[in-house]
Amino acid sequence: MTGNENAVADALVWLNDPLNWTGPDGIPARVAEHLTMSVLAVLLAALIALPLGVWLGHRGRGGSFVVVMANTSRALPTFALLLIFASTSIGFGNRPVVLAAAIFAIPPILTNAFTGLREVDRDIREAARGMGMSGRRSLALVEIPLALPLIGAGLRTAAVQVIATVPLAGLVGGGGLGPIIISGLATRRFGEVLAGGFLVIVLCLAVEALLAGGQRLLTPRPMRTPRRAGRRATRAAGATGS
Amino acid sequence: MTTSAPANPWLSWDYVQTNWADISEALVQHVTLTVEAVLIAFVIALPLAALAFGRPRLAGPVLGLAGILYTIPSLAMFAILSPFTGIGRTTVLIGLVAYAMLVLVRNILVGLEGIDPEIRDAARGLGYGRIRLLLTVELPNALPSIVVGLRLATVTTVALVTIGVIVGYGGLGQLMFRGFNSNYRAEIMTATILCLAIAFVADLLLAAAGRLATPWARTRTQS
Repeated sequence: MTGNENAVADALVWLNDPLNWTGPDGIPARVAEHLTMSVLAVLLAALIALPLGVWLGHRGRGGSFVVVMANTSRALPTFALLLIFASTSIGFGNRPVVLAAAIFAIPPILTNAFTGLREVDRDIREAARGMGMSGRRSLALVEIPLALPLIGAGLRTAAVQVIATVPLAGLVGGGGLGPIIISGLATRRFGEVLAGGFLVIVLCLAVEALLAGGQRLLTPRPMRTPRRAGRRATRAAGATGS
Repeated sequence: MTTSAPANPWLSWDYVQTNWADISEALVQHVTLTVEAVLIAFVIALPLAALAFGRPRLAGPVLGLAGILYTIPSLAMFAILSPFTGIGRTTVLIGLVAYAMLVLVRNILVGLEGIDPEIRDAARGLGYGRIRLLLTVELPNALPSIVVGLRLATVTTVALVTIGVIVGYGGLGQLMFRGFNSNYRAEIMTATILCLAIAFVADLLLAAAGRLATPWARTRTQS
């Protein structure tokens, strides 16, 4: 490729063009669509993965299933999944993207919910049972609340991964921010490609920051691990452990 | 799955036989790209992790930066690179190296940090210098964690190569996309299965290599 030194300038021009910020194809509308698709995908994944992970973790079984699931998912190209969905009756557009992204998001939610519940202190669990709580009550009032930080982390990872995956929609006629990149590449307008890539990255980082902050706010104060101290503590534990 | 439409099956041995030249070319491309990316990433990641380990002040920023870079979608990464490195192999390789590197730095660092300090003290007591300590004691001890990192990086890279198709160089992703555009399911499916097969074989090979390289870990788990 030659003569793309101007890509940065072109990208700035594209981003500064008010026409690109208005209308049904404008950046705000595309961002909104991107986020809607992502939320749908995460909800779909959570609907399947959360109950399954919580149940398996509570029962203390299925660990190998969770591990296998998490490992295979890394090898399965989301791109392939997307194309496979798009060439079935699911069709082109946003639907195959949401489905593929949801499948992509299941493993992190599942593994974190599972580990979160597995790691609840045995003594605490027994104390709850000793106080006369039924298994279900202990799960709802004791185990799940204690596992919340990890469950939240899983949802967060999933959300960011999904937002990063949704741009693939551009390849199967879907919406969101992806089409900017794809059409820019197809027409060799590298300024647009750069601008699209930049927008996707900003969105990803913004959502990551927002969710990290939100999770911190929602965590009850006693359960918050002060960042610095926590890190130092784990390092110290690593230094003295085993 | 689609018995009603024999004209467009998901799996077709015929397709594989008649297009073997094409398929094997994509396969070779996919494998070389993966191997190259992971090797380059490893060569960069090892000193970086060792440096971060030697200077704990650096570990935080290095891991933080790696985490931030990791949230960047691969598609956006290729998009950002393409105006500068063009359409093709270089762009894909740079993107792949970046992702593999992030995984590797993290795992190598975790491995180094997990070493029993008594081992380190013992080596120091024997008069080992900083470099010798790292090369002959710390790295071998961190090997299990490094192998885990390598496996993780390799498997993710195999899947990521397919995204390279957006800048015109995606190995098996190329076949998937061509099959999609011409609505030929067997091509998509064959490429997908081969992709999974590469990841599976690579993972097995690395696991076996890791077992061979760390005989002490085996005896430890046995006893």
